[in-house]
Amino acid sequence: MTEPLQKMEAASKLLELKNIDLSFGGVKAISNISFDILEGEVRAIIGPNGAGKSSMLNVINGFYHPQQGEVWFDGKQRHAMKPYQIAYQGIARTFQNIALFKGMSVLDNIMTGRFTHMRKNMLWQALWKGPAEQEEIENREFVEHIIDFLEIQAIRKTPVGRLPYGLQKRVELGRALAAQPKMLLLDEPMAGMNVEEKEDMCRFILDVNDTFGTTIALIEHDMGVVMDIADRVVVLDYGRKIGDGTPDVIRNDQTVIDAYLGVSH
Amino acid sequence: MSADFLYLVEVILNGLMAGVMYSLVALGFVLIFKASGIFNYAQGVMALFAALTLVGIQTGQIPFAHLINAIFGTNVHHFGWQVPTLLAIAITVGVMVLFAILVERYVLHHLINQEPIILFMATIGLAYFMEGFGDIMWGSEIKTLDVGLPSGGSRWLEDYTLGWVAEGERYYGMYLDKLDMVASLVAIVLVVSLTIFSQYTKTGRALRAVADDHQAALSVGISLRTIWVIVWAIAGFVALVAGIMWGAKSGVQFSLSLIALKALPVLMLGGFTSIPGAIIGGLIIGVGEKVFEYSIGPLIGGATENWFAYVLALMFLVFRPQGLFGEKIIERV
Repeated sequence: MTEPLQKMEAASKLLELKNIDLSFGGVKAISNISFDILEGEVRAIIGPNGAGKSSMLNVINGFYHPQQGEVWFDGKQRHAMKPYQIAYQGIARTFQNIALFKGMSVLDNIMTGRFTHMRKNMLWQALWKGPAEQEEIENREFVEHIIDFLEIQAIRKTPVGRLPYGLQKRVELGRALAAQPKMLLLDEPMAGMNVEEKEDMCRFILDVNDTFGTTIALIEHDMGVVMDIADRVVVLDYGRKIGDGTPDVIRNDQTVIDAYLGVSH
Repeated sequence: MSADFLYLVEVILNGLMAGVMYSLVALGFVLIFKASGIFNYAQGVMALFAALTLVGIQTGQIPFAHLINAIFGTNVHHFGWQVPTLLAIAITVGVMVLFAILVERYVLHHLINQEPIILFMATIGLAYFMEGFGDIMWGSEIKTLDVGLPSGGSRWLEDYTLGWVAEGERYYGMYLDKLDMVASLVAIVLVVSLTIFSQYTKTGRALRAVADDHQAALSVGISLRTIWVIVWAIAGFVALVAGIMWGAKSGVQFSLSLIALKALPVLMLGGFTSIPGAIIGGLIIGVGEKVFEYSIGPLIGGATENWFAYVLALMFLVFRPQGLFGEKIIERV
């Protein structure tokens, strides 16, 4: 229990959200939420369905632009940018409903994760010689490491559309890792998995956090998992923040318990 | 070998090469449809426009000459120089890239997240706009396109095959059009290089990624707008190749834009999302219509080439709507 606390004190803030407001037309998805994510921690975002968790992730990821509030990332205030530019900032993510390139092989899918690291221009690529070839080989080597790390060597050449659900989730994690992100956003990485697959996924997430020091923000419904792997937890309900702290604090928080057990608001 | 057999071989070979010409047009459709789900009605007009531009640049025509003359009362038509073929082709490629950028910025960008039918309508508008624009820019008279491609039948082949037939049989040798042979070679090179490009390069992977999933593509840092420009530029380049081949064959004129109609049955056969499908679909249609005309044609009064492809496509629509190589559409209910 003391270990995560020490981790928190030592680390600096990688991401800070200040008074975020997000609405779609008249529907308020997020109102006045502030929290931070420290460098190197595993931060869980939990809450009942429709609490605004995925919207929150989409704000961090730049898919949604909040009407109010500030996003600070890596020490700088982040202004509205195009969704694809966020990847260049060092944020990678996975999706709630797996978003892989179904027609492409596992290898190719993970190679697309290297997109931001490959800078050689089209002309070289068209000639398929010289710098572009060199770059392709280097990145391919890196991708092979990821494949080893996630223990998916056997399915390298398989089109992902043919893989079972659990493995697809793992490939998606691989694609996000390939970008060597500063921060990894996982939207329900364990949804729909059986116990064994969940254990594997937990292991990978913790390994990523330990080995690469990647900061992780994840949304998850399985409370057992959340309490096990998260350093700190933020709880949302109806677009508001109702709790924030270590798993132990959250477990005993009356507001959080009420939200989950459905006491009238 | 009997003369009848050799004649059938000739028909099939000619069919294959005609098929390659259809495939060239179909290829442009597939590229854009795969990457953005848009059925680009303007593909045929793009081929016309590219061919017009190439001829115009090559012969040193002054763009918008009629307009300039009408407004200023001048009488200018030509700069008076000839541009070397390769340079003219390079400039035309540049024009098609510029065209791709303009289409993305002023048409596609405003229609993001619209229904496919809306985008389809936009390309119809684009087709008519380009047709008129091409007219104003380069004039509407029929032009001959000469990029130094060989034409006519191959005498060598005729003489060579003459010896295959027993003495005394009526046979004049096999006729194959040299231009068709060149077109086939060009098409093969084009398809092989496009396939390699899309399989083994970063941009190629990005193209396939965007075709599969927009959100995921954005999340790994791929800009959809850039990809669309690239796709339309490649489609423009393919249109130029098709325009050169068809233009050299039958002159650069308005009816060139109608080759798009010939590509439709090819697409229905091969599937809208498959590059190999476009090629094989084209070959099947090319051979099918030639052999049908040769064997059944005389029995029913000929001219079957006009409708055979469409009937074949119709049959495919009934029995295999996704085409030979297209992705099967499975919808969960």
